[in-house]
Amino acid sequence: MSTTVNIRALVVRAAGVNCERETLLALESAGAKPDLLHMQQLIDAPSRFDDYSLLVLPGGFSYGDDIAAGRVLGFEMRSFLGEALSRFVARGGYVLGVCNGFQVLVDTGLLESVSAKPSERTIALTANVSGHYECRWITLRNEPSACKWLEAGALWPTPVAHGEGRLMFKDPSALARLRENGQIALRYVARDGGAPQYPDCPNGSTEAIAGLCDRTGRVFGLMPHPERNVAPWHHPRWTRNAPRAEGEGLEFYRRLVAAAGA
Amino acid sequence: MAPHASTSVQPSRPVGAPPQAWRVEVFRRAQIDDPAGASAVAALREVGVQGVRSIRRGHGYLLSPELSPAALQGIVQRLLVDPVLEEARVTPPGDFPRRSEPSAKGANKLHRILVMRRRGVMDPTAVTIERAIARSGLGEEREVRALTFQAFEIEGELDRAHLERAAQDVLANDVVDEVYIDDDALHFEFPTAGATRVIQHVPLREANDTELERISREGQLSLSLDEMHAIQAHYRAAGREPTIAEIETLAQTWSEHCKHKTFTGIIDYDGERIDNLLKRTIKAATVELNKPWCVSVFHDNAGVIEFDAGWNVCFKVETHNHPSAIDPYGGAGTGVGGVIRDILGVGLGAKPIANTDAFFVGPADLPLEKLPKGCMHPRRILRGVVAGVRDYGNRMGIPTVNGGVWFHPRYVGNPLVYAGCVGLMPADCTDKHVAPGDAIVVVGGRTGRDGIHGATFSSLELHDESQVVSSSAVQIGDPITEKRVCDALLRARDARLYRAVTDCGAGGLSSAVGEMGADCGAEVDLELVPLKYPGLSPAEIWISEAQERMVLAVPPEKLDALLAVFRAEDCEATAIGRFNATGKLELRYRGERVGLLDMSFLHDGDPRPLRVAKRPAIDATDPGCPPCADANAATLALLRAPNIASKEWIVRQYDHEVQGMGVLKPLCGERDDGPGDAAVLQPLAHSKRGIAIGCGANPDYGLRDPYAMATAVIDEALRNVVAVGGDPARTAILDNFSWGNCKRPEQLGTLVEAARGCYAAAIAYETPFISGKDSLNNEFRTGDETISIPPTLYVSALAIVPDVSRSVSMELKRAGNALYLVGMTHAEFGGSQYFSLAGLEGGRAPRPDLALAPRTLRALHSALKDGLARACHDLSEGGLAVAAAEMAFAGELGAALDLENAPLGDFDAARVDRDTALLFSESCTRFLVEVAPEHAADFERALKGLDFARIGVVRTERRLSIARGAKSLVSLDLDALRAAHQGAFQG
Repeated sequence: MSTTVNIRALVVRAAGVNCERETLLALESAGAKPDLLHMQQLIDAPSRFDDYSLLVLPGGFSYGDDIAAGRVLGFEMRSFLGEALSRFVARGGYVLGVCNGFQVLVDTGLLESVSAKPSERTIALTANVSGHYECRWITLRNEPSACKWLEAGALWPTPVAHGEGRLMFKDPSALARLRENGQIALRYVARDGGAPQYPDCPNGSTEAIAGLCDRTGRVFGLMPHPERNVAPWHHPRWTRNAPRAEGEGLEFYRRLVAAAGA
Repeated sequence: MAPHASTSVQPSRPVGAPPQAWRVEVFRRAQIDDPAGASAVAALREVGVQGVRSIRRGHGYLLSPELSPAALQGIVQRLLVDPVLEEARVTPPGDFPRRSEPSAKGANKLHRILVMRRRGVMDPTAVTIERAIARSGLGEEREVRALTFQAFEIEGELDRAHLERAAQDVLANDVVDEVYIDDDALHFEFPTAGATRVIQHVPLREANDTELERISREGQLSLSLDEMHAIQAHYRAAGREPTIAEIETLAQTWSEHCKHKTFTGIIDYDGERIDNLLKRTIKAATVELNKPWCVSVFHDNAGVIEFDAGWNVCFKVETHNHPSAIDPYGGAGTGVGGVIRDILGVGLGAKPIANTDAFFVGPADLPLEKLPKGCMHPRRILRGVVAGVRDYGNRMGIPTVNGGVWFHPRYVGNPLVYAGCVGLMPADCTDKHVAPGDAIVVVGGRTGRDGIHGATFSSLELHDESQVVSSSAVQIGDPITEKRVCDALLRARDARLYRAVTDCGAGGLSSAVGEMGADCGAEVDLELVPLKYPGLSPAEIWISEAQERMVLAVPPEKLDALLAVFRAEDCEATAIGRFNATGKLELRYRGERVGLLDMSFLHDGDPRPLRVAKRPAIDATDPGCPPCADANAATLALLRAPNIASKEWIVRQYDHEVQGMGVLKPLCGERDDGPGDAAVLQPLAHSKRGIAIGCGANPDYGLRDPYAMATAVIDEALRNVVAVGGDPARTAILDNFSWGNCKRPEQLGTLVEAARGCYAAAIAYETPFISGKDSLNNEFRTGDETISIPPTLYVSALAIVPDVSRSVSMELKRAGNALYLVGMTHAEFGGSQYFSLAGLEGGRAPRPDLALAPRTLRALHSALKDGLARACHDLSEGGLAVAAAEMAFAGELGAALDLENAPLGDFDAARVDRDTALLFSESCTRFLVEVAPEHAADFERALKGLDFARIGVVRTERRLSIARGAKSLVSLDLDALRAAHQGAFQG
């Protein structure tokens, strides 16, 4: 877990991806060596995945979120990079999808199975119960999950900024399966860790779930933006809290990079 | 007209012919809730459409009929439907869709309202779908066309009139949408036009004045008779008639919007001759101040100042008023898109890092029956412009961090929308030069008939048929195309693949190419411009204001590399001509010349108008200020006043965190609900240097005294940036004037006064203007009545923050800390929120003491920079009571204030109640500052010689108590304060 230097991370962008700046900065601060590649460069040469141990799909509005959030980029990933992605995950690669990247990740089905067809998908991210986009800080709790690189039980603040972050499931058994597999990795909680009300849970997500992983814990998606809580003064109340050296999101990236490099 | 308008039908039977296209309607499964439908129900009830039980909102798609059923199924399942939540209803070409049944048998009728874009109006989702199908091969090698629509299935007891009202007031905008009520006809048509007439001349040389005026009016040229004479004389001398392309180019270039004719013309001000008001006031201040850190001012698309070693920042604020009045969503969105392109087009291009927005609208609680004919309700306008800014800014990945909303009855027919953008650029990218021989390359969106005559439209006043007549000036933005432009452009910039860039704004290519080639010459082959659809005439191509386009000057040897960069970003880029050394602008279409203009005539041939201005009579009525009977009630009422109350519902819809630069957010405090004074950003991760972005405006002061208003709103913008840690000695400001019709001498007189106020204040504070914009024809005609907007000056401030870790937020921090009131309170109630609440009229409008105020700002900044303040909040609308209340509830801490020693100006104690003035007067240059006991002595030293007093202490008890000596004035608990602040219109 100690050799995090030179972990190569691949950050993918496409038209409308717009969180690449903070994502690259967070990865660098966490000790990784990130490259930013356009989706088309990967389609032209899928072997480029081989150079990396961590793949990051950052936030944004890929293709304007036309049809549905993340749909068209998810469709393109499925159509053009499905095999390469499956190979990448199968050989032990780590994948992180943040916000729009999470929406894309859900659409690809990678969180459910490396080979699922779109029609077999049982997880969906959809319009917030409030009916609109919302930007605010919330509190997350790491759940005991297959994601061993996260410290279970920890509470940490993170901003969210999305209009379609409500997790829904095809039926109760789909949710039960995720629970059994240890795939529920993050939940929204009240600031003191208690049961969340709106807006603690900003989108009405089922069981206040904020983040999911696959069965291995290597594919991870979340709606909040840990990369926007890296500098000491990112926190909205830093002027009234005790001085700090960094934001809590940096620890998230540090652990992810360490796990990907282990 | 929408197809339904004159048809009376049985609601359940289809009336028109079904479209010759595959129809796919995607709805959520019946057992799954539908937030969009629920929102529509609430919106219908709000406009008085009762009887709605439920609404389901579906996404509809029309796709080329040639697709095989198998291909169509593939597209539906792989692209259009969420398999977990949704189901698709597919209807073959030429068929009517199967009707869904009402949920409760026989209980209610099910009505359908379908909404789709009018032909030729941008449909970005359709473009995305066509592209995704083409790239993936799902269309079986065919070219697949797509259109989208929305389907609302409404259950309830509704008659035809209800349904029409639902469509008109809530679900659709007649300007851009077609509506089908219980009618599944839809259209599957794409705009084309008949044969293109290549060259047309305008018979001008023999025309008399009446004919000249008619040509200008019927051609929507907005050219005055003087200007028509100048053009006539020019073409008489040239011995030929102008072509349409030429006269359109002249009309665009000479428009008020592009030329600022009023500000730069000659004004007779009660006999005093003012030659170029802009140069004599706004620009004069900048020239006289001559700050070395001003890098580029007034001549480029935005003002540029030095930021940090090797880096500059730039700022531009635009008005987009008239398009927003007839289509709030599209108008505000394209306003944001336009100002972002200004930033992309400054120097060699800057990276947009922050957006600002300000809206001036009619009262949100305006009774429906008081709404003038032809106007949208202010609530609908406000929601629409907020959504427009949200969807454009959020999609571009630019945080919207600062702005404001002001309500006033005189904005009902003519709302104002300001959109600003801040950019960051390497210092060596600030200059641009076009060289003869450079290719003219247009990048980004395609050109259509949309937005034709936007520049001249914005120079006209609105009237109650504007919605119908001017819809071609309205556009829907396509932020993802602009994001592609941004991504590609900055990469091409860093590789130095072009020599100059500018955006296509008002006037389209005519303005962009005309400006870039002004000093050399240019030739353009208009048939090379990529079009959205065929059939545009050369003149239309030339003046179309289709969005998301920019123009580059590319050295020939770099053209291939540049085109490759844009191709890699999936962004269209096309060479359409070249710059040359002829001094002329030559337009060709398929080899035939359709225009040839001297650059000198184009840019300098317009006659300078002479306008008459009359000194405005300043109303000196002053009712004094009677004692406030119940200061508690007044404080709560002020917190609830629309101009003061929380704008959280707007702020939360904007992504103010993207790019991860935020240091102080728009909302502060323990519960993130305190209104911050200004945003602070840290643009470079390696440097603690930051920028603060703030603003000021006050139309109520403007109505009382335009000169005082100008100085007061500059003071306000500066207070805001200084309060968070901005350095007043490194602050640049921007002016945006929106005024009534300045052809009226009294209107123009108020503009002269405000501009002179700007000059005086800029000189006094040593804050140069670096950019500005004016919109001078904001009035609304309904019947016989003409309503002018209040004089509205919106000032933006951009300040350097020396060290972001010393930024100061507005909310109280710790019990036991001292509270200082900085600045002198005068009896200044003119245009104040308190007078408006108390029903009092008259009074002196607030104005800063220009000798003292700059010193106060500098001293306060030095205290903040040294870390001596824990909180700082400026006093503005509502005065001290409101500022103290905001600091208290935001900090979840109480405060006890004693105003006995508060610095007080001279006034007539017999006519003005001292306590009321201390609580609610809106005098400028005042702050409430929280200081820890150990810093009190240093803080007092920093402000020595200035007006300030220690007036209180922060307490744990959750109550704001304001007294003077033994007399209690205000005592309210924090929950009451917070509830009042959240108690106005919340979207």
